[in-house]
Amino acid sequence: MTDTLPIVEMRDISIEFPGVKALDGVDFRLFPGEIHALMGENGAGKSTLIKALTGVYRIDGGSIVVAGQERQFTGTRDAQSAGVSTVYQEINLVTNLTIGENVMLGHEVRGAFGINWRATHAAATRALAGLGLDYLDTHMPLSTLSIAMQQLVAISRAMAIKAKVLILDEPTSSLDAAEVDGLFRVMRSLRDQGVAILFVSHFLDQIYAISDRLTILRNGRWEGEYPTRELDRHSLISKMIGKDLRALSSLGGSRRVDQRDYESDAPLFAAKGLARRGSIEPTDLDIHRGEVLGFAGLLGSGRTELARLLYGADRADEGETTLHGKRVDIKNPADGLEKRIAFSTENRRDEGIIADLTVRENMILAMQAERGWAKPIPRKEQDELVAKYITALNVRPSDPNRLIKNLSGGNQQKVLLGRWLATNPELLILDEPTRGIDVGAKAEIQEAVVELAENGVSVVFISSELEEVVRLSERIVVLKDHQKIGEIVNGPEITAQHVVDVIAAHGVEAAAESDIIDAEDEHDPDTSTPTRTPQASTRAYAATEEES
Amino acid sequence: MSTAARTTWLRELIRKPYFWGVVAILALLLLNVLKDPNYLALTVNPTNGNLVGNVVDILRASAPILMIAVGMSLVIATGGIDLSVGSVMAVSGAVAMVFMKDAGQSGSLGVALGAIGLALLVSAILGVVNGVLVAYVGLQPFISTLIMMLAGRGIAKVITEGQNTSASNESFRWIANGFMFGLPVVFLIAIVIVIIVGLVVRRSALGLMIEAIGINPKASRMAGIKPSGLLMTVYILSAVLAGVAGIMSVGTVMTVDVSRTGYQMELDAILAVVIGGASLAGGKFSIGGAVVGALLIATLDKTIVFLGISSSATPAFKAIVIVVLCLLQSDRVRGWFVQRRRPPIVRPEPLPAEPKKQEVPA
Repeated sequence: MTDTLPIVEMRDISIEFPGVKALDGVDFRLFPGEIHALMGENGAGKSTLIKALTGVYRIDGGSIVVAGQERQFTGTRDAQSAGVSTVYQEINLVTNLTIGENVMLGHEVRGAFGINWRATHAAATRALAGLGLDYLDTHMPLSTLSIAMQQLVAISRAMAIKAKVLILDEPTSSLDAAEVDGLFRVMRSLRDQGVAILFVSHFLDQIYAISDRLTILRNGRWEGEYPTRELDRHSLISKMIGKDLRALSSLGGSRRVDQRDYESDAPLFAAKGLARRGSIEPTDLDIHRGEVLGFAGLLGSGRTELARLLYGADRADEGETTLHGKRVDIKNPADGLEKRIAFSTENRRDEGIIADLTVRENMILAMQAERGWAKPIPRKEQDELVAKYITALNVRPSDPNRLIKNLSGGNQQKVLLGRWLATNPELLILDEPTRGIDVGAKAEIQEAVVELAENGVSVVFISSELEEVVRLSERIVVLKDHQKIGEIVNGPEITAQHVVDVIAAHGVEAAAESDIIDAEDEHDPDTSTPTRTPQASTRAYAATEEES
Repeated sequence: MSTAARTTWLRELIRKPYFWGVVAILALLLLNVLKDPNYLALTVNPTNGNLVGNVVDILRASAPILMIAVGMSLVIATGGIDLSVGSVMAVSGAVAMVFMKDAGQSGSLGVALGAIGLALLVSAILGVVNGVLVAYVGLQPFISTLIMMLAGRGIAKVITEGQNTSASNESFRWIANGFMFGLPVVFLIAIVIVIIVGLVVRRSALGLMIEAIGINPKASRMAGIKPSGLLMTVYILSAVLAGVAGIMSVGTVMTVDVSRTGYQMELDAILAVVIGGASLAGGKFSIGGAVVGALLIATLDKTIVFLGISSSATPAFKAIVIVVLCLLQSDRVRGWFVQRRRPPIVRPEPLPAEPKKQEVPA
């Protein structure tokens, strides 16, 4: 493969942002017909490099050669016309347009009387067929598709313009295992057609499953380029974080063994028959002081929906909740906050950060909301508080006056965690706090969870990665099809497989009554077929998994 | 090094959202000075010590615009808009005039205060209606306040029974026409109110929360911010400030003409906010920017009159000035400007084909 000329060759790329060198002399090569993984922690410069290649950022030094020609793209459109197409992590499609319009947006087939819609849809179908998606009705709104299918549509869109280089920035972060397999099939077939694919993912398993070569960045610098099969996981992670892996895995917190006497210990928070129509069936729940309670289940199992009820993000239709043994009615997030419950959302961009505010403003926001606008937190107190959490959670860059939108995902997540910790919660609900973030930040967040619990904070921990849930939780609530199907008291013998078994076993019993319509699946023709296998959430994460 | 420092300093200054507003005010004043070198001259009236001059007139005229622009900047920051301010001005003016006319006793301070209090109360009620429609009923701000914009003029007509209503009350008149410390009272009142609002908004967390809900309402709710209360506050404040503007505006002539008072003033307010550099999409706001915008509009209005531009060409002239200003403020237009002056990219010598990559350690 390497005897051909690279389609993309970036040399000695430097990009400087005010006060930071985002990229410092980075080299990158991409050959036709390869899948090349770009590796690095959050903030290592992966996204910056991609944006340099696609013309979103102007480079301050170095050269970019695409197909033998030195280029300096001035925007994504420019890059597209040179055959470089990008599918971003947050899908950039228009959900209320049709599938066909989305595929062809900006490249509609034009006839004598403006757009020829028939030809446009035909072209869209052809582009979709390239990915085996020709069964989709291009006249349906995009919003009728699942996130995974939308991702594939986004790729079709990229391919519709005959891309020679396809950039996939964390395309798998919201897909389940079957969907990832589907995506990988598409990627392999594109590779075999000679397309050069640049792939970014935080899932090491996926990197090893799909990529041919990888380039590692750390702190904006080039760390090396290797054929994937010649670099083992330990070395890869060590190169990404610049530390030995063993030091890191001890950080991630040890397995929590449950020693609580549940009979005598009165719960901090209890729910009885808590339900909301269309999102979660009546559920009983106890949460004890200083306990880490895991919610395990597949995407769409109701784990997020249940958590939202606890905080008041959604209002329960029925059921009652008690806190410290007293009845409480939590109608909205402000109520939840007042009762010293905090909820960190899985939807960081839409429900978490306030993009145009600074790190400091984002961090103090919940605390300020709780006090009310008339009682501002004195600036000195703000600064101390923010400095404390920036240090404790290792937020990088550590400038509190930077706009949060300019931070990497993992660091945004840490700022949000700081926001909730600042409210001094008794019950902290973390919905996918480690999704889409790198090994180092992940370990730091896991460590923070353990430490919080040791200090008496109750934590509800929700994650798609069962290993993570099993390692951190004392008890695990298992959810499926919008109901709680079991509770596992954690112990040394419990593994992720136990949880999978509980989910799978329930599937067999419940097969007869599986015609429960669930809100998410209505939009998702794919999930009505039994493609969501239990392995979906056993995606292992290499950093925290012991190598055999 | 020092040149680099200077250019960044200059760039910072130019990046101030209302920088071009200040430049435009100065340019308009310059234009007037070119026509009449004595335009900026200020004289002191020997009998009462008051300042007299064109600039004083501009300040006086800017007072009502300042009021509604500041209110509007807060409403826009929440991601909303208040189209009803012009009509609220008319209602407020109508209430005050009818009250004073019915009360008789010209010159009584009590009557003047009663008129002001009642006018502001009625304005606040209209603000409550706007706020309820937006915050609780969930109508779009554009629609809610459009309803109020139409209804407001109707209410004003009902109050005045469709007649232009005049009253005489020296205390009330003093607000719009009086002088204090040599400056127009109306401008001093406006500045004091602007400063109070600015302090309240920025010294409390109100400003932060308004920006938060303007930027991302969902995330703000999840952070425990209750948007309804904030929206109510903002729409009531906007209406009360419009009420103040109405009092200022009818006080000048002591007559309310319900079809003219505050007519199309909502557009001036929105323009002032935009000139101040705020985005109509909500989010960041700047009271200082709104003040600059309001002063610019007052200056522009006075300049048009001073230059003797025919009344039929007035809207076009105003539009041109504002379009130019918006273009200068646009990042994209500035981007073109900067790009064109960027030195060409220096192409390095082609490097040997074999890259320097190291091989994998086993």
